[in-house]
Amino acid sequence: MKSLYTKQTLKHFRSPHNFGEIKDADTIGEVGNIVCGDVMTLYLKIDKNKKGEEIISDVKFKTYGCVAAIATSSVITDLVKGKTVKEALKISKEEIVKKLKGLPPIKIHCSVLATEALAEALYQYFLKNKKKIPLKLLKKHEIIERSKNVIEERYQQWIKLQKMIDK
Amino acid sequence: MKKIYLDYAASTPIDPRVLKVMNLHLKNNFANSMSLHLLGQKAATAVEQSRQKIAQVINTKVEEIIFTSSATESNNLALKGIAFAAKKRGKDHLIVSLIEHDCVLESAKWLRSQGFKVSFLSVDKYGLINLDELKKLIGKNTFLASIIHANNEIGTVQDITSIGRICRERGVYFHTDAAQSFGREEIDVEKMNIDLLTASSHKIYGPKGVALLYVRKGVIIEPILHGGGHESGLRSSTLNVPAIVGFAKAAEIMQKEAEKENERLKKLRDYMIEQILTQIPRTHLNGHPKKRLANNINISFNGVEGESLLIELSFAGIAVSTGSACSSKNLMPSHVLMALGLPPQEAHGSLRISLGRFTTKDEIDYTIEILKKIVAKLRAISPF
Repeated sequence: MKSLYTKQTLKHFRSPHNFGEIKDADTIGEVGNIVCGDVMTLYLKIDKNKKGEEIISDVKFKTYGCVAAIATSSVITDLVKGKTVKEALKISKEEIVKKLKGLPPIKIHCSVLATEALAEALYQYFLKNKKKIPLKLLKKHEIIERSKNVIEERYQQWIKLQKMIDK
Repeated sequence: MKKIYLDYAASTPIDPRVLKVMNLHLKNNFANSMSLHLLGQKAATAVEQSRQKIAQVINTKVEEIIFTSSATESNNLALKGIAFAAKKRGKDHLIVSLIEHDCVLESAKWLRSQGFKVSFLSVDKYGLINLDELKKLIGKNTFLASIIHANNEIGTVQDITSIGRICRERGVYFHTDAAQSFGREEIDVEKMNIDLLTASSHKIYGPKGVALLYVRKGVIIEPILHGGGHESGLRSSTLNVPAIVGFAKAAEIMQKEAEKENERLKKLRDYMIEQILTQIPRTHLNGHPKKRLANNINISFNGVEGESLLIELSFAGIAVSTGSACSSKNLMPSHVLMALGLPPQEAHGSLRISLGRFTTKDEIDYTIEILKKIVAKLRAISPF
């Protein structure tokens, strides 16, 4: 059956890895907007390895969303598990899309959502532990905050459009 | 793997009886119905007999039926054709409801870009228009109200008799998109004061690529397709004879069997709605509980997203539809569900399950069982 999605995407969607919650998570990243139909929460447990580096020892997600949103959530948990925080900061949406052997163009934003959930979780972690926030992460956080407003605005405009009555 | 088709509102499989007559015409009736020779006249006769059959279904005369290629074309012709004819009389205002099919909404918006004024009629939580609002919106420059008979997503059936009366009393043309209701609901263009009506073949077990626009005699309309003057000059194009014959056969079968079929489908529909609402928590029905098409079910599943549901069902061999944003081009949920005032989360989690002639109770039971599992599975992943 020819499908909109790759085999890899459907596999992750149907049997997602690491879904659920971590009750004593060290940090949580919450992104997305119900207006757009996808919301993701990423839970991270962060420990230190023998070298004294911070590593992501456990990760779980909860996602409300379409096939691509669930599949990209599953993939990012695979990508971050066992990585150092420094390495995790480098994970890009391209890496996620590559793991899935491609996503339909209209669904690329789902892979962005997954990287944003990770960024937000790490941002909160740095903030909570009063660590210096890397400049790139800070910028990404600002972009996420701004896009939240844009989505809300776009939604309000759309509602207005729907209710438009020229009397 | 099982194959359970529950997307009859999107399209229907061809009825074997329709296929049989179509095959005959595909093989033996190839000539151009505009040709004057014997073979051409044979094709023309087949078209006219088909027109006769269909005209009878909606209680009209043959000369008032125009064959087109799709309901989209019919709706475009109705709105644009009437608008440009009305412009010559100095009228520039039309009314459409907020829950029209995209082809009506987009035609209306395009007309607005051409200088026409458009009013959008709101609906209540069931998808019914407010008759008083319609009366208020009609002004001295209004030439047309286009209101969908039965909505394609939520199945709500409008009181078109009252709408027709309101429009007639005020001298405004009334067009209704009956793509979902033609053959299923009773339609009498005389009693209901309908001036223009769109109907489609592939929604009633006929072939794709053929539809019609009924235009009441005396209603002036400008053509969109100019050419050889087919269909009384209102729609030039060589006629698709086998498809038209198939459309008529499909309409004829509907006329004979719809009543019994509706009764059967209504029972299945109400059974399925009740089972889903009682067996799966956090669900609710969209559309009107009673004033709805016999084959339409539209339910929101809180906490899960429609496309995910749809794809999981598809893996179980079940075909349905969703109003979720993820399946749309603008990433916004269905305009119909939003017009009902549904919060985005409920609109995203909606499924349209549409039953049909070949649907069985076993298929419904199987689908309910699968749905229960899938909803539980997706809710375990969901934060809501």
